[in-house]
Amino acid sequence: MGVIEIKNLKLSAGGRVILDGFSLEVCPGEVHVLAGKNGAGKSSLAKAMAGCPGYEILGGDITMDGTSIVGRQPDEIARMGIFLAFQNPVAIPGVSVANFIRAALQAKMVKGSPFNAVDFYKNLQAKMEILDIDKNFSARSINDEFSGGEKKRCEILQMLMLEPKYAILDEIDSGLDIDATKIVAVAVNGMRGPNFAAIVVTHHSKLLEYVRPDFVHVIGDGKIVASGGVELMNKLEKVGYGFFGAAGEGE
Amino acid sequence: MENFQQSMDAANFHCDVDYKYDAGVGLKHGTIDYISDAKNDADWIRKFRHGALEKFHELSLPEWATNAAVRNLDFSKIRYYLASDQLPKTSWENVPANVRETFERLGVPEKERKFLAGVEAQFDSESAYSRMREELSKLGVIFVNSTEGLNKFPEIFRKYFGTVVPVADNKFSALNGAVFSGGSFIYVPKGVRVKQPLQAYFRINAENFGQFERTLIVVDEGAEVTYLEGCTAPKFETSTLHAAVVEIVVLKNAKIQYITVQNWSNNVFNLVTKRGVAHGGAEIRWIDCNIGSRVTMKYPAIYLRGEGAKGEVLSIAVAADGQMQDTGARVLHLANGTTSNVTAKSISLGGGMASYRGLVHVQKNLKGCKNNTRCDALLVNSTSKTATFPTISATGNGNAVQHEASVSKISEEQIFYMRQRGIPESQATSLVVNGFINDLVREFPMEYSIEMKRLIELQTERTIG
Repeated sequence: MGVIEIKNLKLSAGGRVILDGFSLEVCPGEVHVLAGKNGAGKSSLAKAMAGCPGYEILGGDITMDGTSIVGRQPDEIARMGIFLAFQNPVAIPGVSVANFIRAALQAKMVKGSPFNAVDFYKNLQAKMEILDIDKNFSARSINDEFSGGEKKRCEILQMLMLEPKYAILDEIDSGLDIDATKIVAVAVNGMRGPNFAAIVVTHHSKLLEYVRPDFVHVIGDGKIVASGGVELMNKLEKVGYGFFGAAGEGE
Repeated sequence: MENFQQSMDAANFHCDVDYKYDAGVGLKHGTIDYISDAKNDADWIRKFRHGALEKFHELSLPEWATNAAVRNLDFSKIRYYLASDQLPKTSWENVPANVRETFERLGVPEKERKFLAGVEAQFDSESAYSRMREELSKLGVIFVNSTEGLNKFPEIFRKYFGTVVPVADNKFSALNGAVFSGGSFIYVPKGVRVKQPLQAYFRINAENFGQFERTLIVVDEGAEVTYLEGCTAPKFETSTLHAAVVEIVVLKNAKIQYITVQNWSNNVFNLVTKRGVAHGGAEIRWIDCNIGSRVTMKYPAIYLRGEGAKGEVLSIAVAADGQMQDTGARVLHLANGTTSNVTAKSISLGGGMASYRGLVHVQKNLKGCKNNTRCDALLVNSTSKTATFPTISATGNGNAVQHEASVSKISEEQIFYMRQRGIPESQATSLVVNGFINDLVREFPMEYSIEMKRLIELQTERTIG
């Protein structure tokens, strides 16, 4: 497992430059927090890293272990090991949680290699237990008529099942109560180790009480304006983004 | 993927057959005499055929048959009767090798061993194989081809034949009346519940050919049966015609489930009239899946004639590039307290056109009738097309008729979400497509639903990939 490097990135979407001169290095085993006002470009960065159509990289590079991922297809980037937990995951009616995760796992496998369905269901049930998810959940259509909390847990469930090298968690804690936040945190912590790194996008320090990050970065004006440890998050909560010169556009 | 390839292309082959009976190209009174001679028809059937041919010439195409390919169909260029033999075999061993191999490649004998109570396998104009489990014969169940039904069981056959779908119902029912051959005749006696399905398989092998099977099913009081049919053909450059007529009579408190998985090659014009009459407390359920053909025009109908009768139509249509699926349902409420449900889902891929055409009619002065119609369309590509043509005519008090329709498109957001999990675009699309029809696919027997899902996946992936 290698390093993810974002170098001097210039990113635009919908004809607007969102990030300019953005750099970040994430090493194996690390958890980085990205904070910043709404519209600062956190979610856009997450989507761009995942290869989402409509996000244009005008300059700079994103590399994984020295290999550029810019211009690659989203499914290829995913199979390289980058997982994005969506802020608002979309519903796919009629496709069950179990079948969806199974399809994703199979997509990573060599064509024609056997899939052990029994082990898969055992593993799925075990991971659902960690997340305190009801047994019947896996038969429901993915994200279809899910509550906010169910959507978030389902994203984390997929992460646990797919075991990515890198996870970008986009506001995984928004809309979660304390208990659910703790459960999600325990799950994320369970992934931590030398073969996993995460970028956590958040507005709240609550999650960080349970998932202790190695670094906290504040985005403003399209780039990182401050970096530090968890104390930076506490400071943010006290004094606000303005202190860092991180005025989000239009806010 | 390799498996999908096989399951779709599995049907695209044909064998050379030395037909003993060949009515030649074109449709004249002489053609009909040839067929009647070959089949040794009773006089009344010969007359019936000639009368039907005259009706066929008198009638015009249905006014909604606006598709140019249908309007340009040249009925004089088709072969109307091709057969090697007049009598079906009751053992696969006795079926000629090339015909047997055809059905083996289509998995028919295998399914028969696994879960079917009886099989009719029609090859071009005549049934090549026919067999039903002995215990059902002992209970008085009849499952034979239409010729045998006519000859051996005239007292039941003649009583109901042509009563549900009159010859002059439409141009294609008249055509069928003139040249019909093959199809099933089923009679289930009072109170007999046939637990495993009876299956018919319709195979077109020849080029420039038309298949015109005629099916008549009578389910006597309190009896129950499930009938399955599958259809395939090899792909030819020229047009193939399939114009079947299916008549069902379901007597008091009896039930039928009629399941079709249509996967004709896309040079087949599939113009079929299917209709059932439900008497008091009886139930008719049409489960109809149309994946193949160039053009399908088919609207399974239910006449709810007796008090408390129930009807249901579940319809799946998949229209890929160059295909038109004009499908739907017709339900006529003709007695008090009759209820019906119609659920139709269509998928349009590439430049494919899927339309729902439905009729719900509640006769004057009836009470307590209910219909619920829901049709959903999914458009996969920006060039895909869909349309809905519902007709509702209901009067009287205390009746409830409801029609809901929706059209959705696969969103870029959905595709991106799935691709972010490592799933390639074409597979992501077929996941959405399969999800869309998942609830209806479950209504088909397992052996069929797996095959259907694969066929639909393959259609989708071919269009997208």
